[in-house]
Amino acid sequence: MPIEFEAPKPVVQTQFVLKTVAEEMMRSNSRYFDEHEHEIPWDYIEFIHTAMKAMGVGSLAPKDKGNGHGNGSEEKERRPSISYQLLAAQIEMLAWGDVGMYLVTPGGGLGAAAVQAAGTPEQKSKFLERFSGEKPTLAAMCMTEAGAGSDTASIRTRAVLDEKTNEWVLNGEKIFVTSGDKALSEYEKLGRGFIVVWASIDPSAGRAGMRAFVVEAGTPGVRIVKLERKMGIRASDTAAISLVDAHVPYDNVLGSPTVEKTTSGFKGAMATFDATRPLVAASGLGVARAALEFLKEKLTENGVQIRYGLPRQKLTSVERDVIDMEIMLKSAWLMVIKAVWMADNKRSNVLEASMSKIKAGDACTKITQKVVEILGPLGYSREFLAEKWFRDAKITDIYEGTGQINRLVVARQILGYSGKELR
Amino acid sequence: MYSFDPTEEQQMLLEAVGKYAANDLRIAARDAEEGGQLPGKIVSKGWEIGLLQASIPEVYGGFGERSAVTGVLAVEEMAFGDLAGALAVITPSLFAMPLLLAGSEQQKQTYLPKIVEGEWSPYTAALIEYAYDFDPNALRTVATIKGDEYILTGEKAFVPFARDAETILVYASLEGKTQGFIVARSSAGLSISEEREKLMSLNALPMFRVKLDSVRVPTTDRLGGASGHDFAPILAAMRVATAAAAVGVANAAFEYSMNYAKDREAFGVKIAQKQAIAFMLAEMRTEIEASRLLTWEAAWKLDQGKEDDFTEAYLAVTGAADMAMMVTDRAVQILGGHGYIREHPVEMWMRNGRGFTMFTGLAIV
Repeated sequence: MPIEFEAPKPVVQTQFVLKTVAEEMMRSNSRYFDEHEHEIPWDYIEFIHTAMKAMGVGSLAPKDKGNGHGNGSEEKERRPSISYQLLAAQIEMLAWGDVGMYLVTPGGGLGAAAVQAAGTPEQKSKFLERFSGEKPTLAAMCMTEAGAGSDTASIRTRAVLDEKTNEWVLNGEKIFVTSGDKALSEYEKLGRGFIVVWASIDPSAGRAGMRAFVVEAGTPGVRIVKLERKMGIRASDTAAISLVDAHVPYDNVLGSPTVEKTTSGFKGAMATFDATRPLVAASGLGVARAALEFLKEKLTENGVQIRYGLPRQKLTSVERDVIDMEIMLKSAWLMVIKAVWMADNKRSNVLEASMSKIKAGDACTKITQKVVEILGPLGYSREFLAEKWFRDAKITDIYEGTGQINRLVVARQILGYSGKELR
Repeated sequence: MYSFDPTEEQQMLLEAVGKYAANDLRIAARDAEEGGQLPGKIVSKGWEIGLLQASIPEVYGGFGERSAVTGVLAVEEMAFGDLAGALAVITPSLFAMPLLLAGSEQQKQTYLPKIVEGEWSPYTAALIEYAYDFDPNALRTVATIKGDEYILTGEKAFVPFARDAETILVYASLEGKTQGFIVARSSAGLSISEEREKLMSLNALPMFRVKLDSVRVPTTDRLGGASGHDFAPILAAMRVATAAAAVGVANAAFEYSMNYAKDREAFGVKIAQKQAIAFMLAEMRTEIEASRLLTWEAAWKLDQGKEDDFTEAYLAVTGAADMAMMVTDRAVQILGGHGYIREHPVEMWMRNGRGFTMFTGLAIV
């Protein structure tokens, strides 16, 4: 197919439907949940769950994984899949509504993405089926530890095989688990979720010893230690989780359980990132679009027109800023589209995924900061949402790989360097 | 549906352009810049690839159909070789493309076959004016109606090959709107500077000032005929072409500085192994991709006639110009002192890089 930028029809339709959801269910409650941290937006959760079921969208988890690692034959379509493209568009629109609330959208989230990226077909069907169930259900990814942020290879959580019971025994403490509470704690309104815990089965093997374990809610020894209080995305819970002698069935290890002298386990984690980075980028761009649209509305109200087409020298400072922001937003979005399009077409998108994340992280932080600046006291006031978007946007450049980590990924890709050659 | 793959036909064209850019334009670039002249046969060789010819339908002597997407792909690739050379090769488009887009039937039949069926010949256009706040939509060169003629008065700048051109497409403001006029170089009142423009770069591209002192143009030579034309699509076609050229030059600088960084050692390692350098390269690559995609989308919107196509063309060139300055500046920085020496091409690309905010009018697709 030639170069084309027409959004597929299902993408346009889903954007149309979700825009109403974003306006009615999210935007109108944005401020409330920002100021009532740790309260759960049940109305949204239940509504979006019902709506997605009605739309036949089971969950926001992609139906099929990209990156050429998995078995894509489950889908018998001849046309290339557009599931990641659809997902990116959905996420962007929900984040435009409210990114904190989007993060509690039932469905697999990052936990399911890890199962998609590193699980066997049996594991996929076993663990992912619940997301199309009657009750809204969430899953979470546990990677970060107090001493291991971007440096995921130095994870200290251990998994030891108890040969008598044929179970894995997990010990360690995980932090910054998005939706960890809703994935683990028992809520009457939620189905049983799970967390995916990254742990080492052989610390001497370094990255080669890393594996991901599906830990079901209700597993004894697994406990929420703390819910973080954050700068933004306050509608979303961020949990610290401790695992003390948590027993997990043998088959809950994603991918191969044997330690080979390869880094396949670690690559499983990284493959998850190739799939999820453009999606996180999409969420940041939803926030950026909300902020930029709000700014343009306010400027119009105040009689300020943006005179597109004028030479730079003739533009006012505000006009230049708005034009620069639009360039950032549009081009960042195109980078997201390209990255998910590659995933849908089963092409390796390591470079494009990280580039889209870099660009979106830069774009959404700069845009929201600029919007507050231009709006002055109105921007800084909690009467409007601009200041909230400023706080919400910042996380985009941090989670799912900081801007710096992604620069490192991109640099290694373009230079052809290994992690040893470029530390 | 989204897709980011050029067609097979486009790929073949890009391969041909790529070879020409690497083996001819790039090799000749430095001497051409220093000597102020492109080697004799290089322009005709580029012309023979048939970029413009493939954009003109058969009825007007060409063998294809205009596609802005194909155009931006090709211009990027050619500018990757050398900007001055690329602009020289596509100069006839400055005259032919507006005729194709907005010319009257008679104008198309008179000029297009003559241009595309022959050798490269210096058909050109005059848009830019010598003013700090030059605005293509608010020209100082003015056209007034007098009977069945227009009278053109003003001064145009940066007009490529003006001294050799038989005919120049001159843009002037008619009742506040930018309109094109086909003007013979021999017209009374038209004079061309003896000296070439002296610019910070593009020394290999001969450009001139064109003065118009009450030049009389018959109604039939107004672009589009007596009723004139809409300038917006022409300007947008110029903008995406300029954006594509900016991406090409930036990519040249990026690639060269990356290879240098992989080769150059300091403190016992290649400098590319230092994050300070590696991160610069990662950002350069990311920003090039951002501008490239925006340029592609703008071109695609022009081809499709989308509602916001002209605005997006403006955004594309505005973004690409900033990007090209950033990337070429960093390329020089990565080479350090060597980057400042004229033995390496990066300083030339940095001088090119500054120009894209004012080059709209020198390329069109």
